[in-house]
Amino acid sequence: MRRFLLLILLLFPGLANGEETIVADLSQRHVSITTNFNGSEILIFGAVRREGPRIDEPLDVIITVAGPPSPITVRKKDRVAGIWVNTDQAELDSAPSFYAMLSTGNLDEIISATEDLRHRITTPQLIRAVDVGATEGTENFVDALIRIREEEGAYQRRDNSVGIIDETLFRATVELPANLTEGDYDTTMYLVRNGEVVNKFATSIDVQKVGLERFLFSLAHNQPLVYGLMSLAIAIAAGWLASAAFTVMLRR
Amino acid sequence: MQIYLPIAEVSVNAFLLLGLGGMVGVLSGMFGVGGGFLMTPLLFFIGIPPAVAVATEANQIVASSFSGVLAHLKRKSVDLRMGCVLLIGGLVGAALGVVIFNYLKALGQVDLLVRLCYVVFLGVVGSLMFVESLNAIRRSKQPVARPTRKKHGLVHALPFKMRFRVSGLYISVIPPILVGLVVGILAAIMGVGGGFIMVPAMIYLLGMPTKVVVGTSLFQIIFVTGFTTLLHATTNFTVDVVLAVLLLVGGVIGAQFGTIIGARMKAEQLRILLAGMVLLVCGKLACDLLIMPSELYSLAAEGGH
Repeated sequence: MRRFLLLILLLFPGLANGEETIVADLSQRHVSITTNFNGSEILIFGAVRREGPRIDEPLDVIITVAGPPSPITVRKKDRVAGIWVNTDQAELDSAPSFYAMLSTGNLDEIISATEDLRHRITTPQLIRAVDVGATEGTENFVDALIRIREEEGAYQRRDNSVGIIDETLFRATVELPANLTEGDYDTTMYLVRNGEVVNKFATSIDVQKVGLERFLFSLAHNQPLVYGLMSLAIAIAAGWLASAAFTVMLRR
Repeated sequence: MQIYLPIAEVSVNAFLLLGLGGMVGVLSGMFGVGGGFLMTPLLFFIGIPPAVAVATEANQIVASSFSGVLAHLKRKSVDLRMGCVLLIGGLVGAALGVVIFNYLKALGQVDLLVRLCYVVFLGVVGSLMFVESLNAIRRSKQPVARPTRKKHGLVHALPFKMRFRVSGLYISVIPPILVGLVVGILAAIMGVGGGFIMVPAMIYLLGMPTKVVVGTSLFQIIFVTGFTTLLHATTNFTVDVVLAVLLLVGGVIGAQFGTIIGARMKAEQLRILLAGMVLLVCGKLACDLLIMPSELYSLAAEGGH
């Protein structure tokens, strides 16, 4: 690995003056969800390619991994006539199913608010909520969504989790949980100096069900009647089998 | 051992599911209830999305009820004729129930209504049964055996009489059809097989012997939940067959044990236990409504309810 990184450094000498760009890769670009899938750890590594003299200001790296976005409804309970009832709800247009933020330092100190807004780096920036239809402020619902997803481990913020060597080589591992949904997981790396993004590099991880998981999922969606009948047949067969087995056992 | 469920899209412990299935299966074989009203909240608790839990649960109940019915058939404790009559009412009721459910959904707050429905019905059914079986046990302890009175109520005055040999009844088919109808409607609205309403209704309204009731209830639950499974599979794509298999392996074995345990117990004891269980679930649901939740907000996928 290290040799490979050095090779990258040697191969790209010519660039515009003073410019810094990211060269990076992932340990795997495809994640297969099999029956015994139990999460996956992905190594993200890269290097800063620079032309001209080194700038003295410290350099930081932020890496984000975002799962496929989907609309979601957040509901709020309130007490009505002594019982707790859903009284208000917000329909958020889009929120990622998974989101991890990794950085070389404290995220709040590394990046300025305007740059965060521009590049949509921190979690609240990723959640689109326009015309949600709630009577109460939207922020409460967005905060609740983030809080609940953070507790589930679907949204992660890990400061100081990116290792950087000599302001040039960086590496980090992102842990994808077992409860993954299918889709493209957009992975973006940012080079940050003085709170501003100097360069960014984007790639994606492709998460797919394979084998039996793939087969069952497609069958359920493409031929629902066959799938339903199959489920019933399995249920009846299992019920009969257990009964037959017990008859044999009890006779002995 | 963790297993990834293809439809639910979560990873769960296989042994936990086997255990849950087994536990609910035992109850199913003992009392003639499908166990949906117990299993569905348990599945929510371990993180299965509600829509998938409800649909898959129906499929699992088919398996454990079928296993239970076979065991009961061997003991000749299933009244097939009564079961068919109930089923006719039940299917009509289920269809009506779906219409009512969709109407309520359009009005909003259907979630709350279902919960209140649960609390009220579980509470009423549970406490009535509890008091009755307690009295029965007390009576059976008295040394003087009273002659059993034959009741000649409305049930005997109606036309279209039919002989139900297994139950030892000669009654009109109208009451069983009505019972099936009402239970069918409630089952469709509440999303369960309806065993916990059906069982007491058969005992107290139709006057069937407790031993026959369990097998007969299971018999009609097979068809109701089988129908529900197909409905969910074709309209919502929410039946997770891997989850169902894990649950039903435990369930069918549990149902067999449950039948054996049930056969060794007295009818009053069986009823009082079922009453206790029903009241317990009712209490839990009532608490959820009354106590302030630790997280006021909840997430739901778009389009779900």
